[in-house]
Amino acid sequence: MRSLPPPARNPYWRFLVAGIRGQSAYPLATLAGLVANATFGLLKGGIMGAAVESSGGELAGYSAATMAAFVWLGQGMLGSVNFWGGSDLQARIKSGDVAVDFLRPVSVQAANVLTDVGKGLFALLPRGLPSVVIGVLVSSMVLPADPAAYALGLISLLLGITVSHATVYVVATTGFWLVETRGVSVLYMALSGFFAGLYTPIYLFPDWLLTLALLTPFPSMMQFPIDVLSGQVTGAAAGQHLGVQVVWLAVVLGVGHLMTRAGRRRLEVQGG
Amino acid sequence: MNVIETEGLTRVFTGRPDRKNRLRRARHVAVDGLDLTVETGESVGYIGANGAGKSTTIKMLVGILVPTSGAVTTVGLHPLKQRRALARRIGVVFGQRSQLWWDLPVRESFSILSAIHSLSAGDERTRTAELVDMLEMGEFLTTPVRQLSLGQRMRAEVAAALLHRPELLILDEPTIGLDVLSKQRLREFLVAQRREHGTTLLLTTHDMGDVERLCDRILVVDHGRLAFDGTLDGLARTVGARRELVVDLATASPDLVDLDGAEHVRSESGGLRQRLAFDPQHTTAARLLAAVSERAEVLDLSITEPDIEDVVREIYRATRG
Repeated sequence: MRSLPPPARNPYWRFLVAGIRGQSAYPLATLAGLVANATFGLLKGGIMGAAVESSGGELAGYSAATMAAFVWLGQGMLGSVNFWGGSDLQARIKSGDVAVDFLRPVSVQAANVLTDVGKGLFALLPRGLPSVVIGVLVSSMVLPADPAAYALGLISLLLGITVSHATVYVVATTGFWLVETRGVSVLYMALSGFFAGLYTPIYLFPDWLLTLALLTPFPSMMQFPIDVLSGQVTGAAAGQHLGVQVVWLAVVLGVGHLMTRAGRRRLEVQGG
Repeated sequence: MNVIETEGLTRVFTGRPDRKNRLRRARHVAVDGLDLTVETGESVGYIGANGAGKSTTIKMLVGILVPTSGAVTTVGLHPLKQRRALARRIGVVFGQRSQLWWDLPVRESFSILSAIHSLSAGDERTRTAELVDMLEMGEFLTTPVRQLSLGQRMRAEVAAALLHRPELLILDEPTIGLDVLSKQRLREFLVAQRREHGTTLLLTTHDMGDVERLCDRILVVDHGRLAFDGTLDGLARTVGARRELVVDLATASPDLVDLDGAEHVRSESGGLRQRLAFDPQHTTAARLLAAVSERAEVLDLSITEPDIEDVVREIYRATRG
């Protein structure tokens, strides 16, 4: 049996680490992100808390404490999950620098998605954890007592981050045809946050809208990881969440692969 | 073995629909039926005006642009179908695009690229040390790429393209924007690399110095077709590329005519500054200067190299007849 190379010699591992390290080069930007997260967390916490209170202390299965957990876990994920639809690849396709990506003996898709996932993972430390700490300090949020919730929650979180970056990769690949893809990014931005549970839990939606949301990869990016991390969803239901996330990951990766293969033939790198 | 082989290689770009006739689209033939063969170990300068088709050719050679028609094989591989296998055997530097990781130290970029090219840990160490030494990169090895000067970054780019010891090195305007000293260093390094590893070199440039010092074969492309294929001497003979000696004299002097192997171009400031064109195949700058000094006291001098644009223009004029 062929043994796997050590991580340092595996190019894909190196892309992931390059993402982590690249992001760590901007501590001030990260701090600004945290301040924004916390500010909007307070606003969102206030609104959602009032909504729960006005409906008699329970809303769509959320109590004041679990709603606070929803808000602050979500704020903690904002630096790691891509809800704005832009990426380095998008810029590189427009400028033609993507030529360099194709001149490496590796998968262009894996290299880009892993680099972005690396950036997202890094953001968990300076933005994710502090957001949750702030939430614990300023709200009534409770964290689950069961270690299984954390273990499954971390897997779900990792899947959520990866699904989002793999989907944004697909957004970027439309650039092979469109070149200018800001419009696609804006569409992604409008849909992804709403259906991922960025503003309210998707369980507050009317049935038809919830059904629609569940037909997209967006709940896999944030709502499901929050459900599992907060202990709101446990056991077999948590396993089902993870299963759906894995399916969506496979789908968006598959689409991204096909888009890369077809788009490459359309690529017209301008200039020298 | 032929490192590069193209047959009838053609690329047509189709633009937006014509405003007057919506059914028609503007067509631009960037590369037009190019037949090209480059053998192992050759050093080829690929020159031509902006938009002549140089970069388009290179993009097809390395598989980032699909030919409209014709065939191309690079190191015996099909660039589109065998992209990854090809990437392991060639090195490419696009002078205006970076293959390094912007936020990471130079050393880290080399290390990631070594992993991408499956170098062993030991090989990575020796190869990096060798390149760092030859390209004098020691002082900025731990600097993030975004903080490098252009000259430093170009050296790092060339090193990055050579880490995996490619058989073919393609340089697209490698010395663009570099100062004289940086250019000189880079050229010396490339000459040494070729000598040691037998690397085949294909470079596009607007710099006659690059061509003179690095290339033993010149290809001139015009409107996507080969206008010249031969040696530098042959090119100079074809277009009569001449250097120009500019002398500043102590006193206003009569025109310096009838000097052996030189032609008086013009005098300025009443004869204080004079320009003499000469063919380097017939005389040298030193000999000419000595001849001038016999007639007048020289205060200052400079030598202008033939401009590559002029050479290309001459070729175009000759071939279009």
